[in-house]
Amino acid sequence: MTGRNLIDLLTKDSRAEIDRWIAKYPADQKQSAVMAALRIVQEQNEGHLTTELMDAVAQYLQMDPIAVYEVATFYSMYEMKPVGRHKICVCTNISCMLCGSEEIVEHLKKKLGIGFGEVTPDGRFSLKEVECLGACVGAPMFQIGEHYYEHLTTEKVDRILNEID
Amino acid sequence: MADIEINGKVIKARDGAMVIEAADEAGITIPRFCYHEKLSVAASCRMCLVEVEKAPKPLPACATPVTDGMKVWTNSPKALAAQKNVMEFLLINHPLDCPICDQGGECDLQDIAVGYGSDVSRFSEIKRVVRSKDIGPLIATDFTRCIHCTRCVRFGQEIAGVKELGATGRGEHMEIGTYVEKSVGSELSGNIIDLCPVGALTSKPFRFTARPWELGDILSVSPHDCVGSNLVLQTRRNRVMRVVPQANEAINETWISDRDRFSYVGLNSKERLDKPMIKVEDEWREVGWETALERVVKGIRDLINGHGAEQFGTLMSPSSTLEEMYLLQKLTRGLGSANIDHRLRQSDFSDQELLPPFPWLGQEIKQLEKLNAALLVGSNVRKEQPIIAHRLRKAAVSGASVMFVNPVDYSFNFPVAEKLIGNPDRMVRVLAGIAKALLDITGDVAPEGLQVLLENVSVGDTELVVAERLKAAENSTVLLGTLALQSPQLSSLRALSALIAKLSGARFGQLPEGANSSGGWLAGAVPHRGPAGEEAAVAGVNASVMFEHPLRGYLLMGVEPELDTLSPATSVKILEQASFVVLMTPFVSEQMKRYADVILPVSPFSETSGTFVNIEGRWQSFSGAVVPLGESRPAWKVLRVLGNLFDLQGFDYTSSEQVRDELKASCEQIEPSSRVTWRCPTSLDADSTGLQRIGEVPIYAADALVRRSEPLQNTQDAMAAAVYVNESVATGLGLADGDVAQVRQGGDSIWLPVVIDERVADGCVIVPAALAETAGLGAIYGSVDISKN
Repeated sequence: MTGRNLIDLLTKDSRAEIDRWIAKYPADQKQSAVMAALRIVQEQNEGHLTTELMDAVAQYLQMDPIAVYEVATFYSMYEMKPVGRHKICVCTNISCMLCGSEEIVEHLKKKLGIGFGEVTPDGRFSLKEVECLGACVGAPMFQIGEHYYEHLTTEKVDRILNEID
Repeated sequence: MADIEINGKVIKARDGAMVIEAADEAGITIPRFCYHEKLSVAASCRMCLVEVEKAPKPLPACATPVTDGMKVWTNSPKALAAQKNVMEFLLINHPLDCPICDQGGECDLQDIAVGYGSDVSRFSEIKRVVRSKDIGPLIATDFTRCIHCTRCVRFGQEIAGVKELGATGRGEHMEIGTYVEKSVGSELSGNIIDLCPVGALTSKPFRFTARPWELGDILSVSPHDCVGSNLVLQTRRNRVMRVVPQANEAINETWISDRDRFSYVGLNSKERLDKPMIKVEDEWREVGWETALERVVKGIRDLINGHGAEQFGTLMSPSSTLEEMYLLQKLTRGLGSANIDHRLRQSDFSDQELLPPFPWLGQEIKQLEKLNAALLVGSNVRKEQPIIAHRLRKAAVSGASVMFVNPVDYSFNFPVAEKLIGNPDRMVRVLAGIAKALLDITGDVAPEGLQVLLENVSVGDTELVVAERLKAAENSTVLLGTLALQSPQLSSLRALSALIAKLSGARFGQLPEGANSSGGWLAGAVPHRGPAGEEAAVAGVNASVMFEHPLRGYLLMGVEPELDTLSPATSVKILEQASFVVLMTPFVSEQMKRYADVILPVSPFSETSGTFVNIEGRWQSFSGAVVPLGESRPAWKVLRVLGNLFDLQGFDYTSSEQVRDELKASCEQIEPSSRVTWRCPTSLDADSTGLQRIGEVPIYAADALVRRSEPLQNTQDAMAAAVYVNESVATGLGLADGDVAQVRQGGDSIWLPVVIDERVADGCVIVPAALAETAGLGAIYGSVDISKN
């Protein structure tokens, strides 16, 4: 009957960060901070969201939980399943495709032994197909963390993956 | 007003109206799926595209405001082409299997496709498939049929006040659902079945049992609460197959509660009685009406001749029809007894002479949404009268302060401005505090006797705020809810609530249980007043007395005493001791057979004509939708025959309308009134000690019919029999969630599981009433002992 208090699932730092976003909007429109809050909570939880965490965000922003699920499932940058320590987001949109992204994808799949939406057994990498990231000039490309890696070749991919732990 | 032209027809449209509204008013049909007049505009289906002069592309009529001089064509080649193209897109992913869809025959998509669809689909790819979800026992889902109009989502957000359904994912992957596995719990949830333009949301109990074109429609009125929502009973081969709302802007708009929608399942319960029964030497025998009625007449005559008419009493459900109530009181009074009542769960009757002719809301239902402030005393209005709560929600959402004095911190589907939650015993004192604050604000003189009592009343901050808000509001009301009407301090609560209303310039109203409490008073189904509020020559005893001090004979109509009375355990004991008990009931249970001598099968609301008077004082008559089951008969006919068998005058009716008209003629002079004559409470404190029971009646236990509706019993709102206490009280008693505890009240005791519930105030405990598991206990309110061993 009584809803459990889930706000404790948000770390102190996360809450401080969310509060900074809430402060940007009118006092009665806390829910405007939902996208930022979800991003912050996703970072706190090693790159993915859980239903419980989304419920915690809903409680914190006084929203109906379903409204938070709607936002989280709408945007592709929110992950609803665990991801690897490094999330490789490969662009397969038109420019990258014309410049050979298919080959890059094949190489990655073979090298890591996983398909799109999967995680390597050691938890290091996960692979994700994304739409245009606006770096057509450097096609083919992928994104890991906050970095764009452009003009990819299979050799370059090997080098990049070896360089990160 | 704007002058616009649609299809060459000149129309005057309200400024700010959308083209579709103007067209609807002018009787010009524009196809639509997502637009609904009661919901916000989504403009997502694009079916209502129309051609507008000077606009380069067709515009959605639902989201295009009218402007002066605008010219619109709804069926020009350009508009038609746009509509047909939208239709083609909508049908891409929609299965084309209408014959196996439950919506077939009443499907907007099917209907509109006839006009705008093409005969062959050009789409040869694979259709998308969406898994259906289980969202509870009332609504079946078939989400592969969903066209994403989002009416159901907007209904939750805007009307029900709880957003439970949403659209997750996007584009091709968008799905309607709850995302997590969960039941939709709103008490208004069934309305999304009506809103859904396709077969994605259908009625689970009705699904695949009939086609809409096989159904006959009979207008009726809800038998469950004092709102009197208008219903359509849809029948086939003499069986009520489904219930849907009948729009009535003054009452229920286009909505009905789930209780009104799904209770019909109980009409076909296995416990329906279809033949009269009499007890002969402790054996039950099915007999003909003649034998049964002879037995009734003989039993009551013997009793009255031997012990006097005052040893005979009649009780009826507050959801009996006006005609039934009127005839039963006429019969009882004709036999010389005035022991008549319909207030089965009331415990304090001390102010009954001071009351207006019938309980009244103090205003029209539709006025509630215009309120600026409302104070509800002892009310879980959301579950007791969902449609009233919906109107209050409209007021609250547009800024009204809706405030509560309650024993439990109920959750509402609208913002609550102030709440004073505490032990039920303290409610009188809280009201006294508000009254005192108002006296200070207005400078009025306290009515007789109150000054002394107020001396030791302190006005808390919240009491003061409530008083100020009520006083400041231009349009305000004070409503006495069902929980207050069952309280042992009812007279004090009523006197002070009416006083608060008077001092603050608010309208005073009441929200009694049952569909026809107002009718009960008008019909004379109270011991101290006859029909039309006339002072009774001889006053009889009330329901509570009849179940405390045994009479020798009882006639009960539509009552299940083991669940419907104030103190079920005592009621049953009293009936077992009585020498002659007659039950007029649609349902029979094993327990009834223990104390009854004759059981007469009478019709539920769907099988009889009758009238309910709602809380606005509105008389709403309805006819029977199907013929009575087996040998059961409408109660008014049974009572008419009984009147004749007793040789009483004035029982020669040939129709229920005659009965109604006779009463109506005498009620002509009656004006609805909220006037409660002031009588000062003797004390502001109750003399109770220890833990206080709150015996709330769960929404789906309210009456015999609802209790037999299986789908409703499977919902979250069907409250489990348990002891609900807050954490600190539980700890004090050494109890934890899930424990089984013994509950003792008076001499009775039962075992129930413990549920920790922070809504319950300190010093009290909810033990729901009207459930079989708690029927072994005493009064709804009172001291209880709870222990683990």
